[in-house]
Amino acid sequence: MGWNLLRGWTVLVYLFMFLPVAVVMLLSVNASQFGSFPMTGFSLRWFVELANNDAILRAFRTSILLGTLTAIISSTLGVLASLALVRYEVPGRNVISTLLIAPILVPEVVLAVALLLFLNVLQINKSFLLLLMGHVIFTLPFVILVVQARLVSIRRDIEEAAMSLGASPAQTFLQITLPLLAPAVFAGMLFAFTISFDDITGTLFWKPGGVETVPTQIFAMLRNSISPEINALGTVMILLTAGLPLVGMAIARRMASRRGG
Amino acid sequence: MTVEAREARQPWILLSPALTAVALLLLVPLAFIVVYSFWLRTSTGADQVGFFLDNWQEALSDRFYRDILLNTLKIAAITTIVCALMGYPAAYVVARSKGNKALLLLLLMLPFWISYIIRTMSWINILGVSGAINSALLALGLIGEPIQMLYNETTVILGLVHFLLPFMVLNVFVSLEGIDRTLEDAACSLGATRWESFIRVTLPLSLPGLAAGGLLCFVLGAGTYITPLVLGGPTDAMFANLVFEAIITQLDWPLGSALSLMLLGVLGALVAVYNHFLGMAQLMKGLG
Repeated sequence: MGWNLLRGWTVLVYLFMFLPVAVVMLLSVNASQFGSFPMTGFSLRWFVELANNDAILRAFRTSILLGTLTAIISSTLGVLASLALVRYEVPGRNVISTLLIAPILVPEVVLAVALLLFLNVLQINKSFLLLLMGHVIFTLPFVILVVQARLVSIRRDIEEAAMSLGASPAQTFLQITLPLLAPAVFAGMLFAFTISFDDITGTLFWKPGGVETVPTQIFAMLRNSISPEINALGTVMILLTAGLPLVGMAIARRMASRRGG
Repeated sequence: MTVEAREARQPWILLSPALTAVALLLLVPLAFIVVYSFWLRTSTGADQVGFFLDNWQEALSDRFYRDILLNTLKIAAITTIVCALMGYPAAYVVARSKGNKALLLLLLMLPFWISYIIRTMSWINILGVSGAINSALLALGLIGEPIQMLYNETTVILGLVHFLLPFMVLNVFVSLEGIDRTLEDAACSLGATRWESFIRVTLPLSLPGLAAGGLLCFVLGAGTYITPLVLGGPTDAMFANLVFEAIITQLDWPLGSALSLMLLGVLGALVAVYNHFLGMAQLMKGLG
């Protein structure tokens, strides 16, 4: 009896989490002129409108470029740091770990202000470069957490075997460690991309005037009222932000099982 | 160079890019805004370098800032409590159910990933004047005019709960998963009822997860300015909105620095207290 009550509660909690999102997706295929109920018929016209909207396409290009560069830089830094932390006896390990995680312990607004004002003093104004640096610094901790967790589970003796058979440390890394680590690196990259792609808190501080990412574009469009286009754009965002990590997890799992890791 | 020396240097070579990034993009900028907060923005729009206490005096003594800070902490506290009440039972059910593990993982992670801005705006479709609830009530003839449900403090809290609940569920889940199930069985076999064994065994053991989830909900909730902008009314600004206003709208950067540091001080103190009693390890588990 108590258990059923708990299950009922859980179903309600998940309805609360998913129902509003489902409504966005439902309304995005509504034929009605207005981005609201009632449903007047099924139509994909709002997605076609999206594809013809220059501002939205520009925002997508900016977000994809920003996310891709963020993912590459942040996972490179993250993988190297994780290797050092897991594979070596580093003095002051705890302090270093905490430092590397610090960007998510500081409220993002504060990080955004500090970075904006500091780089401004260095004559680096609001620009794509500032956005990129901001996104790298706050995705880095997530990459490190993901990669470290995976690295711990790679057995050290495989690397030692390679070395004892004459491989150099660089060869060992490239031919043994990196392939074993690839699923984690990949997951970390997708993670960083998704976080960057969805960020708005820091981005609104850092973006130069006239440049929009997809979330800031949506935010600007919300100032008027909810249009059917926003719901269509929302659906694309939902599919991307939920889909990419899912794909990442599935691929990481397959790669891991194939390698017997 | 000896092999040992090279071996000892290697981790630092690997760590240096990431540590440099954190130093240059976080630590030095934070130190810089401490200095900046003592400068003064003059009426010409230029900064006067020096040691002025004006910004701090304004930030700390103005009732306006204090009231909004207290209100922000109140909103974050309510959000955290609601998240705990909704999230704990859900995490318990997910942790104890025998269903497909992949599906359960999906339930835990999917709400995290779905775009924050979209989840926030999705409530306009539900609660807006032409949203789902008003449309349904109008169609049923229960109301003649749409009810204004949006743009108040309650909808801000609603949006924050929707945003932060996954953090609570995941953290509680992680700590429940780490509890040895036989402890509960042992309590039962010694005569405790299911409820007693939960209250006296499982709940205390899962408190670290609840605390980690609570900390994340509180700190992330208290640091937001997007949710009040999308779901709040004109008087529902939270403290981070003041920071945004000072920096982006008024371009008073020294004052904005002081306000940012105030927010960091309050939330940082909370993280420090948490770290002192529970350590960071639990928090990291729920984030990774």
